[in-house]
Amino acid sequence: MIRINDLTFSFENKPILKNFNMTAEDNSITCIVGKSGIGKSTIVDLICGLKKPESGTVTVEGDKISVVFQEDRLLPWLSVKDNVKCVSDEKTAEYWLSRVGLADSAELTPNELSGGMKRRTALARALAYDGGVLILDEPFNGVDDETKSVLIDVIKQQAKSKTVILITHNKEEIAELSDKIVALD
Amino acid sequence: MKTSTMSKSKTFIKRFGAVLIWLLIWQIISSAVNKDLLIASPVQVGLRLFELMRTGAFWLAAARSLLKISEGYLLGVISGTLLAVLTAAVGFLYDFFYPMISTIRATPVASFIILALVWLKRDNISVFISFLMVLPIVWANVTQGIKETDPKLLEMAEVYSFSKGKLLKLIYIPSVMPSFVTGVTTALGLAWKAGIAAEVLSTPKGYIGTELYNSKVYLETADLFAWTFVVIALSFILEKLVVKILKNLLKGERIHDKNK
Repeated sequence: MIRINDLTFSFENKPILKNFNMTAEDNSITCIVGKSGIGKSTIVDLICGLKKPESGTVTVEGDKISVVFQEDRLLPWLSVKDNVKCVSDEKTAEYWLSRVGLADSAELTPNELSGGMKRRTALARALAYDGGVLILDEPFNGVDDETKSVLIDVIKQQAKSKTVILITHNKEEIAELSDKIVALD
Repeated sequence: MKTSTMSKSKTFIKRFGAVLIWLLIWQIISSAVNKDLLIASPVQVGLRLFELMRTGAFWLAAARSLLKISEGYLLGVISGTLLAVLTAAVGFLYDFFYPMISTIRATPVASFIILALVWLKRDNISVFISFLMVLPIVWANVTQGIKETDPKLLEMAEVYSFSKGKLLKLIYIPSVMPSFVTGVTTALGLAWKAGIAAEVLSTPKGYIGTELYNSKVYLETADLFAWTFVVIALSFILEKLVVKILKNLLKGERIHDKNK
């Protein structure tokens, strides 16, 4: 479970979040929606402990957090498989790469991948890490519809045993995946 | 592959042609001046070089200079890298060492050579001077590489709980490598030139710099040109060797990662 209480955060004196409250339950998908630049990715950073709030608290139950960041954040000098192996063992990496449809691209480097394939690699890495909390910041950007439906099934399955937070603009994805919606305005 | 080989041989032919033209210009100038004391002809230099190469003293001088300057160069590369890691890790140390390293960079090499003449044995002056020339360059490049490491990758590593060793191996070393390679290749030419200059001023027995100095003293212009050619050739070979070693090391690192 993730609980955010009365959280305020500013960046370069510009208020981003003010007295923000949110709860994400276990075994469910919480969608965070809102306009670009409103602070959705800031919430990800705050949950991960990468940014410190000015006031308020962020409580995360569980020892590990798996994240698909808004940017892929893959290591450009490693192969797809090694990028996933960074956070897991070889067998787990191979399993998740095949689940996201990248088994045949395992030896390619990120600069040889399309945008959608990079997102899938980042997703495979997050799944291979197996955190109790799974945060997905626009994970389907550039992913074709056929692959997307496979990934949606994978995420639904993960939500049975994890706390999942999904950040997206796409109404279909929200309708398909969300158990709860948190709207930022 | 075929196109790449053809383009390589075209470049080689062009460069070889340019060298021949410059040799011809040199020959014309030396014929026009017609004074061996002022400018030796390429033929005279070639013949003198050939003569020198037939003596053991030539090879010993080249080996000694190469060894001493390489020693200073390697010491500079290792110390510059370690110091950069240290100053990047501890902010206070960066501020502490910055004035010293800036002073070394700004000081004329001749001042250090004269000081070294007072402090050190003649044989070791070129080691010290090449070390001093290399250290600030490698330090600055590695420091820049560390500073420019993508903070988003570091955040990713933090979230995924990378160990310090993994952070170093998978993020810092590959990020710093391009700046490091630039630093060590730039420093190599400088170390070599400064090292030879140190030998010219300190005149240790049986070194290239001393031979250059003797050519000047005895007005042996052909010798001066021949030894200068040796310096250029050794610098060229050394640079190619260092680049090749670094390329192999980088290739090895990638293969190692893949088989991890």
